[in-house]
Amino acid sequence: MSTATATSRFQEETKEKPLGGRFVGWASNYIDERTSLSGFVKELGRKIFPDHWSFMLGEIALWSFVVILLSGTFLTFFFQASMVETHYAGSFIPMRGVEMSAALDSTLRLSFDIRGGLLVRQIHHWAALVFVAGIGVHMLRIFFTGAFRKPRELNWVIGFILFILAMAEGFTGYSLPDDLLSGNGLRIIDGMVKGIPLVGTWISFLLFGGEFPGNQIVGRLYTLHILLLPAILVALLVLHLMLMVINKHTQFAGPGRKNSNVVGYPMMPVYMSKMGGFFFIVFGVIVLIASLFTINPIWNYGPYDPSPVSAGTQPDWYIGFADGALRLVPPHLEFVWLDRTWSFNIILPLLVLGLFIVLVLIYPFIEAWVTGDKREHHIAQRPRHAATRTAIGVAGVIFYAVLWAAASSDLIATHFSLTMEGVIHTLQALLILGPIIGYFVTKRIAIALQKKDREIVLHGYESGRIVRLPGGEFTEVHRTVDQYDRFKLVDYETYEPLVVRPNAKGKIGFWQNTRSALSRWFFEDRLTPVTQTELDAAVAHQHHTLEEVNATTSAEIQGAHARAGHPESPLRPQEPDAKTGEIPTTPTSVLSDDEENKHHREKDRDQ
Amino acid sequence: MAHEEDPLEHERASWKPSPGLAVAVPDPVQNSELPPHRERVTDKDPAAMKRAVRTVYTLFYLSVAASIWAVAAYMIFPIEDGQITSIRHNNLFIGLGIALALLAIGIGAIHWSKAIMSDKEFVEPRHATRGRDTTREAAIKAFADANEESGFGRRAMVRNSLIAAVVASIAPGVVLFRGLAPQSSPSNPYAGDPVHLLSQTMWKKGMRLAHDPSGVPIKASDVTLGSAFHVIPEALADVSHAEGYLDEKAKAIVLLMRLPVDQLHPEPGHEDWGFDGIVAYSKVCTHVGCPVALYEQQTHHLLCPCHQSQFDVSHGARVIFGPAARALPQLPIEVDDEGYIVAKSDFHEPVGPSFWERH
Repeated sequence: MSTATATSRFQEETKEKPLGGRFVGWASNYIDERTSLSGFVKELGRKIFPDHWSFMLGEIALWSFVVILLSGTFLTFFFQASMVETHYAGSFIPMRGVEMSAALDSTLRLSFDIRGGLLVRQIHHWAALVFVAGIGVHMLRIFFTGAFRKPRELNWVIGFILFILAMAEGFTGYSLPDDLLSGNGLRIIDGMVKGIPLVGTWISFLLFGGEFPGNQIVGRLYTLHILLLPAILVALLVLHLMLMVINKHTQFAGPGRKNSNVVGYPMMPVYMSKMGGFFFIVFGVIVLIASLFTINPIWNYGPYDPSPVSAGTQPDWYIGFADGALRLVPPHLEFVWLDRTWSFNIILPLLVLGLFIVLVLIYPFIEAWVTGDKREHHIAQRPRHAATRTAIGVAGVIFYAVLWAAASSDLIATHFSLTMEGVIHTLQALLILGPIIGYFVTKRIAIALQKKDREIVLHGYESGRIVRLPGGEFTEVHRTVDQYDRFKLVDYETYEPLVVRPNAKGKIGFWQNTRSALSRWFFEDRLTPVTQTELDAAVAHQHHTLEEVNATTSAEIQGAHARAGHPESPLRPQEPDAKTGEIPTTPTSVLSDDEENKHHREKDRDQ
Repeated sequence: MAHEEDPLEHERASWKPSPGLAVAVPDPVQNSELPPHRERVTDKDPAAMKRAVRTVYTLFYLSVAASIWAVAAYMIFPIEDGQITSIRHNNLFIGLGIALALLAIGIGAIHWSKAIMSDKEFVEPRHATRGRDTTREAAIKAFADANEESGFGRRAMVRNSLIAAVVASIAPGVVLFRGLAPQSSPSNPYAGDPVHLLSQTMWKKGMRLAHDPSGVPIKASDVTLGSAFHVIPEALADVSHAEGYLDEKAKAIVLLMRLPVDQLHPEPGHEDWGFDGIVAYSKVCTHVGCPVALYEQQTHHLLCPCHQSQFDVSHGARVIFGPAARALPQLPIEVDDEGYIVAKSDFHEPVGPSFWERH
């Protein structure tokens, strides 16, 4: 009964003032009475999202994935995932009469016989490259700002799986046209799979449906590429976004931005417009690239043949690090033991890459264990405030980058007229030394930046105003940081290394020792956060100094005017700045009393 | 009722000081309020607002025009048979139209949100992610009741047998996947044996070496000093694609080179595998199987373009650099009565990348 009353009252209200017109009002009511959608709109419609340019990096990935889905669907209407032999008879004259699989034939036809077909194919390929790149930079942002900390560790894991799936999608897609390069890519995968102990031979045999290359692989990869992998990808993507809404977005430290709130703009209308607009920009940029730049010109390569290979070909960028790992492996790492072949020239890169991937995957849990921090964190840290993590991240980036560069070792050698061996040996050394050097340099820089921030907060920033003291000494007046700018410099927390304590039996366990060692590694070098008392004292001191300098300056100028016979002249050519109480530039030489000198001496000592 | 609880009680649970190593600063810097709202040009100047509005709708109409252009380009630039320029124009002009249409929508929408829509910042409180204690208790109770009513925890035999049955039911599904690759049959006894298939190629005694891809057999007299030939078995031409032409070719490809006899240092036992300085080696890299297609005739080195393994042909194609571990397998050759180069036998070891059962 009460429901009926409520409904009729609602209808009454909508009759009085239907938003968007009578029809929209009726339709909304119709839908809501069958779906209770209004609750959803109430919950999400005015949801607040914080604003920062780096928060759109994940959006690049999201929107390019939508572009991939749209363009890929179009391609499926024309592509034939079959390795049956045909003779090409399409528009492209140089390939006419060439024996090739139906897969390549249909790819050539959709490129050259369908208007706009080549465009859509290029959109699909470019969007795939942008997709993986978007995920990559998004992950770097999350890592370096500590946005993976509680409660977002699981979303990091989901995001990481999405990254792996994206690469798998890329590789399966790259192999579909059955041209020379995709066949060579498969040949390398086949060789790697065969090198896996115990199961490798059989995995390859089953995957290819017999010997390499067989006549099955394109059809099978197609099923993975358009059905299995996208289904998992979409499901995890939805989960990823749902968790983002549940956890709410992180925000950077700033005035009024706390761990307990979200400051920003509402979903409707601002983000509706910004995100929607950004979709069109991502889409537009990809189409622009696709209409101007050729990608994967399969018509130049021809059908797959195991015999020829063109030197200097490169995999799509995201596979580069794996190919580089294969190249950098030291020689002669294969032997027969127990009557079986152990191909460590394959196993070692697989293990190293596997270890790297697993470390990235579980990093949030490692850091949580080391810090023992069980609190929720919603403030995205500045990278400098987590010096050790930032240094680890840089080491990881260098490691990845060296592997990636190694995938082009031959091109580096030919373009810069270097020896092939020299390039490989240099990259091998860099793979080990680069991350170590990068780690230490980054950590020092991060801590130095923290010191600089602390210095600025406690002693003000250099104003460019030089004052001469009575003794002839020149000194620069420091200005106080704006109270709203100040907060992001001081808003950080720190941890202390764990002190090991024996347990009830008087023993110190292995794990406790490990955790203690790790926490020392993380937090031995650190700055103590500024306290409010320190800050208040520093700010008072700064204001005091400033006032004194200004007073002495005024007295000096007044005196000068009096000596010149114009005591009524204005003290300052310009009025002091309302915000800082200072004069932008004053050419002045100050004769100061002892009091003033004392302050300056104190200040120097503090520094 | 839930609304009457202490709203912070729920939050405190997850914000309590860490039991770990976090330093709780006793006197942290107090956060200030939000800075005062700063008006944009469009808030202060009605003319600027008018301009912004005009920019946005101009962009949207521009997008309409670009879409119409893209449709027109679809008709104006057809693909003419065999004309590569027509494909280029088709791609370029449709693409530019679509790109402009999309970019104009995107830029217009973002300009709308940044310059025209209210830029007032809102503050929304966060709540701890964990469920309220009462909710969690209710959830636990749901499980406890279900457990009690079903006896899932109590009746171990029922539960364990169910788990066993579900796990076992996966096995048939897995076994079905054996069908991904062929199985042996009386007519084809090795079809389902990858190790056997990988261990042999179509080369056999007396089979002629032929040019790749023409299939013309090679005479010993054609192979001049310093030359290198890409070689396939002459009989490969008789294998159709359906019968596994590519599979056979992938294993049988060979490089044939002639070196000065005094520079050849064959492996022990391989002295008679060549003919007058002519030697034949498998072209499939022993690393991951790329064709080792680059021959440097001055140094007699073979280079794999994929991962830069280098092989020294003058010393039995042993590895001198790179990730490959084994020498390229040598194909023993001789010359038949008509002067053609023929194989003496198949390779004496499996060609191509290593695999587990290889020894």
